[in-house]
Amino acid sequence: MSTLQSLATDIALGKVKIVDLTHTLDPDFPVIILPPEFGQCARFRMEEISAYDHRGPAWKWHNLTLSEHTGTHFDAPSHWISGRDVPNGSVDEIPLDAFVGPVVVIDCSEGAEKNDDFELTPEVIQKWEAEHGIIPSGAWVLMRTDWSKRSGAEYLNMREDGPHSPGPTPDGIKFLIDQRDIRGFGTETVGTDAGQGSHYVPPYPAHYFLHGAGKYGLQCLANLDQLPPTGAILLAAPLKIKNGTGSPLRVLAMIEN
Amino acid sequence: MTEPLAFPPKKDPQKRSTTPTRPPEARSRASLALSAAAAEGRFALQVCDECQTVQYPPRDACVSCIGTDLRWTDVSPKGHLLAETTVRTSTKLFFRERAPWRMGSVKLDVGPVVLCHIHGDCVRGGAVKLLNRLDKSGQGVLIATPLERSDHMEDDPQLRALSAHPKHRRILITDAWNPNTPALAQALLDAGAATVFVGEAESWRPHPNRDILAKMANVEVLPLDVTDTSSVQKLAGEIGGKTDILINNARFLRPGGVLSRGDTGFARDEMEVNYLGLMRLAQAFGPGMCARTADGVNSAAAWVNILSAYALSNTPDYGCFSASNAAAYSLSQSLRGEFRSSGLRVMNVFVGPTDDDWHAPLPPPKVLPQGLARSVVAGLIDGLEDVFCGDIAKDIRDRWQQNAKVLEREMTFGSDSA
Repeated sequence: MSTLQSLATDIALGKVKIVDLTHTLDPDFPVIILPPEFGQCARFRMEEISAYDHRGPAWKWHNLTLSEHTGTHFDAPSHWISGRDVPNGSVDEIPLDAFVGPVVVIDCSEGAEKNDDFELTPEVIQKWEAEHGIIPSGAWVLMRTDWSKRSGAEYLNMREDGPHSPGPTPDGIKFLIDQRDIRGFGTETVGTDAGQGSHYVPPYPAHYFLHGAGKYGLQCLANLDQLPPTGAILLAAPLKIKNGTGSPLRVLAMIEN
Repeated sequence: MTEPLAFPPKKDPQKRSTTPTRPPEARSRASLALSAAAAEGRFALQVCDECQTVQYPPRDACVSCIGTDLRWTDVSPKGHLLAETTVRTSTKLFFRERAPWRMGSVKLDVGPVVLCHIHGDCVRGGAVKLLNRLDKSGQGVLIATPLERSDHMEDDPQLRALSAHPKHRRILITDAWNPNTPALAQALLDAGAATVFVGEAESWRPHPNRDILAKMANVEVLPLDVTDTSSVQKLAGEIGGKTDILINNARFLRPGGVLSRGDTGFARDEMEVNYLGLMRLAQAFGPGMCARTADGVNSAAAWVNILSAYALSNTPDYGCFSASNAAAYSLSQSLRGEFRSSGLRVMNVFVGPTDDDWHAPLPPPKVLPQGLARSVVAGLIDGLEDVFCGDIAKDIRDRWQQNAKVLEREMTFGSDSA
């Protein structure tokens, strides 16, 4: 049996399970909020074109409005100023093999439960590695915080001094890039950076360092609690948008039962 | 003395809602100026340029000298009631359903004798003040009222039929985020509104009005985002059948004209909220409200849009925002035509710069939330179509009426380069 045949068989037999890491695109799903004088991320909107009626008797379809960065989405290097000159830095240019690969999950849910501003530091990463092994080169690293179980105002957790949600410190994300050469970094929160990420040096370190190094981002992920710390495969292919800086997408993980 | 209007009992769900009927709409073209004056709450009659004779009813030539220059002029509405009668039946369904109905003749101090509707508190031979009000057909009609305010006078059935009074009505304010919403809600409750529903977009982030509105009795905050068709349809499905007055204060505003922006991002948001938002609301709430304009004490009465006065003539500092409001103003005129047969009134409240973040760099005067709320409530009570709130809006209205092109030229002065 070929590799793919055995994979198909294992999926059919339930030996390999597919986990959906995607939130439903819903008009009420939060998007990142910037100061109001800046341009804003479009909310997800759906307008009926016809619904088996006078506008089209036998068919139903919708027009969609959304941003590249609405809902569960992928960040390409060209999303950030540090990645503006990265070769193949937009979603239509990224080599296909980047979209399927190994994934490790660092469980920070306990820390995030106690502290909304929980930080992923090199120490946290190394402590995880002591238990699960060195993060392999080319892996996606997902930060599990169980943040996706929050809804409404609790999700952005916006206060007068801005949003409060967990994320990596500059040292933490640099460690993953420089020492482990990861493929990309993903979170359950609205961005790859912490809610208070604008106050680090540099501001928004995950965006700045990841994309400057040609790495990718995933955010608004769900169901990370269903993934093993290591051994899963991630399928995350953004839409092929010309010069796109990101894309909503269906993120799937394959895990061995 | 007028009997105070009792709070209506709950509807009998087995009874068909009363089908709306209308008083006669036909008028001569000359008479339409009376409706135009009523739309702004003015008492105006034709005055002959030649001999100064005040005319009634409206006509094309002076009753005294046959002069044809008859200028519509605000005149004293005072007079006394000559004779009155009570109509007990009529071939017109509208009056038949509302009989008995007082009619009479009033001798105005400025000259003419007019046939008009008579408030229940007016006595034969007594001093009266005429009001020029829009009826359910949207035409100006005159009603004699007591010179001095009498108790509960606004509850007189004939006067109430000529207003969109908030008393006992259920009112939807569409945007909880707008800084004017708490003041609007409070003013409507003070005027006797039964319930104020407030639509709240994006409940997933905090805003300062949330706590204020949550503490107000008879205010219900419900999810509504005018940019989201499904959200508008959902709320209409829930409360569309008991929305008697809808006040659309949803607004997206950023400063800037075409070249200062360089993209269409904010303009799209402005059109989504200010223009398409109005359209979504009208498509979802309009049919239900139109069907309920004769539904007893808390019948559907008015649709209110808060518009920028720069809808009339663009101010390039807020050029794109002004354009979106011009679109909304035009759409409101379409809605007037589409609502007309039902008797549902469209009231546009025009405001100059409002006291909010986006007008912070501008000098006063600015429209404060309380001032806007007063104008909205007064406009509903007087059954107006066009309200100009604040000095700037009134000034623009005056200049626009005098010469729209001159106003445009004034609004578009350039500056000399150094």
